[in-house]
Amino acid sequence: MKLNTVNSPCEDCAFHNTAQLKRLGVSVKNADYVVALAGNPNTGKSTVFNALTGLRQHTGNWPGKTVVRAEGGFLYGEKQYKIVDLPGTYSLLSTSEDEEVARNFILFGRPDVTIIVVDASRLERNLNLVLQVLEITDKSVLCLNLMDEAKRHEIHVDDRTLSKQLGIPVVPTSARNNEGINRLLETVHQVAKNEIVCKPHRIKSLPGKVEKAITKLSAKLQKQYPRLPNTRWIAMRLLDGDPRIIQALEDHEFIPETT
Amino acid sequence: MKSKKEIEDLISEASNLRWEIGNEFHDQLVEGIYADAAKISRKTIDAPNKTGIFSFDRKLDSILTSKRFGFPIMLGILSVVLWLTIEGANYPSGALASLLLDSLYPILKGFSGDLGIPWWIDGFLLDGVYLAVAWVISVMLPPMAIFFPLFTLLEDFGYLPRVAFNLDSLFNKAGAHGKQALTMTMGWGCNAAGVVSTRIIDSPRERLIAIITNNFSLCNGRWPTQILIATIFIGALVPSAFSGLLATGSVIFIALLGVGFMFLTSWLLSRTVLKGQVSTFALELPPYRPPRFWKTLYTSLIDRTMIVLWRAIVFAAPAGAVIWLISNIHIGDLTMANQMINGMDDFGLFIGLNGVILLAYIVAIPANEIVIPTILMLTVANLGITGIAPGEGVMFELETMETGEILKAGGWTLLTGINLMLFSLLHNPCSTTIYTIYKETKSVKWTAVASILPVLMGFIVTFLVTQFWLLLS
Repeated sequence: MKLNTVNSPCEDCAFHNTAQLKRLGVSVKNADYVVALAGNPNTGKSTVFNALTGLRQHTGNWPGKTVVRAEGGFLYGEKQYKIVDLPGTYSLLSTSEDEEVARNFILFGRPDVTIIVVDASRLERNLNLVLQVLEITDKSVLCLNLMDEAKRHEIHVDDRTLSKQLGIPVVPTSARNNEGINRLLETVHQVAKNEIVCKPHRIKSLPGKVEKAITKLSAKLQKQYPRLPNTRWIAMRLLDGDPRIIQALEDHEFIPETT
Repeated sequence: MKSKKEIEDLISEASNLRWEIGNEFHDQLVEGIYADAAKISRKTIDAPNKTGIFSFDRKLDSILTSKRFGFPIMLGILSVVLWLTIEGANYPSGALASLLLDSLYPILKGFSGDLGIPWWIDGFLLDGVYLAVAWVISVMLPPMAIFFPLFTLLEDFGYLPRVAFNLDSLFNKAGAHGKQALTMTMGWGCNAAGVVSTRIIDSPRERLIAIITNNFSLCNGRWPTQILIATIFIGALVPSAFSGLLATGSVIFIALLGVGFMFLTSWLLSRTVLKGQVSTFALELPPYRPPRFWKTLYTSLIDRTMIVLWRAIVFAAPAGAVIWLISNIHIGDLTMANQMINGMDDFGLFIGLNGVILLAYIVAIPANEIVIPTILMLTVANLGITGIAPGEGVMFELETMETGEILKAGGWTLLTGINLMLFSLLHNPCSTTIYTIYKETKSVKWTAVASILPVLMGFIVTFLVTQFWLLLS
């Protein structure tokens, strides 16, 4: 995986050009790329959203504050980005309304990049959602937010190891102080253009019998839908008896073999 | 396009496999995710001082959410926020009023006189529209500019979820959702915003309860009414050194009464038409975060205060025009306003209010902010008092005590003042909130319930208070 290292003189550095960020507010037409913002409640998704779009989506220190899917846009590297702030959720497995909204957008909306925002001071708990998102989509960037708070509590997170473990780029930020936003933008841009190729982590610690069933069903799905990136995850949902996914199969919501 | 057969094949294969692996799949999957997360964390997180992490937060939580101190602290914070708002808003309010009403208004009048503009255009625009807008700005802007930033600072600090935590068991007893505590506090800013925020409640039944009862949170348009009437009628009961304190106390009493009515109505609804189980939910107590003071100040001023103020202006302008019109169009010997006041006076007095108040509440349906100026203007027009108001149907703002003199001349007593405070709490939501309720519920029936129920309660409560008052005096 290619991670950006800042050794070259400033002029050659991709981050040098971050002055080119143009916040577009709500006006997005003909976006080149769609970016989703996912994450646990109260990790600062809306703050990241505001930093990128220049909008002032209401932020507050309580979980569940974002009740509507907010959309905004920005211009970066001559590309138009549309960014969608999803409701914060702890998981994508159960069936509450906000989890369904977030899950459906990542699954059926097929964003070009998904930014997963996590609380650096509560990383382990946040990873549960990260691992689920990575099963659905492979083009993701981990935004390790609230670094200022982690620092205050003397928690150190090794972002390079984390990036290796998860197989996606990791960008430490402190969105409310506008720190790391430039690097986040550049990384999202590189993932969108396939300059960074992600090899996302797959859930490993499963009993042999379960793993076998998933592999078997996933292979079958893969045969039917060769272009689908997340057959493993769909297999898991089918094995869990998720009615929405069964219905999606019946309604041909997954893109067929060749188009 | 996949054929139907192939898809059926896939689904039946899935159910066969599900049969094979047994019904523990979900748990095993979740366990697998947790195990992986733990593994990754071990490799990447280094926290040398594990026991000390968040110990400050825990200590603070043990006080703020404790059984003994939780409620008194909530009450204390509410009192301080209100007291700062009441005391702090006085001076800028006076300054704005003297600028917009005492200085700018005569200049504009003189201007239009010089230009020879017909009296009815001049009256309609300046005495109607301009004065209504000026009044709303001078009375609404200062308290909002203090209340909203204070509230946002508390929100950013992380206090709101603690309020929800403290109130959870009460909501549970009332058959409502614990997150209703959050939507209730949002309603203290604006009921329409409070109704939208009920989307955080998953269960439709509990969400409906939260929507219907949100109106019992005194909104920002009603705080100034409460403060003014409390100062005139209740603060005046004691020596002036204590009157501010007593006025603050009585406003807090009305706000808490609203909370009481919210619990009562939630309880009644959940026992009758909206029966059902109370759903459980996990409420995360987020870490305390030091608010970024200046940024919060800036954004809450721009995003909240200005948006709410703009809304008030948009509604005040046409309302000012309507008031001017009904006070100047005559039907027979009397103006339209007089006709309507006379028609409603008997019922008004029966419940301890009067016809002027009832008409004012009809005219002011678009925005609670304009209730008091409407009442004053109608009182003057109806009594035919001259020499105070610049003309019939003109909204004006006077020193608080002078306002009191006019109201007393209009037949107001301490009882009328108390009943107005109660009715300001218990009446229909403003038109924006009603529209928002319809948009959120998509139901005419529930919108009607949410709009009419509080007015009926207001009539009953003011009637009972009046009867008791007459019995005791």
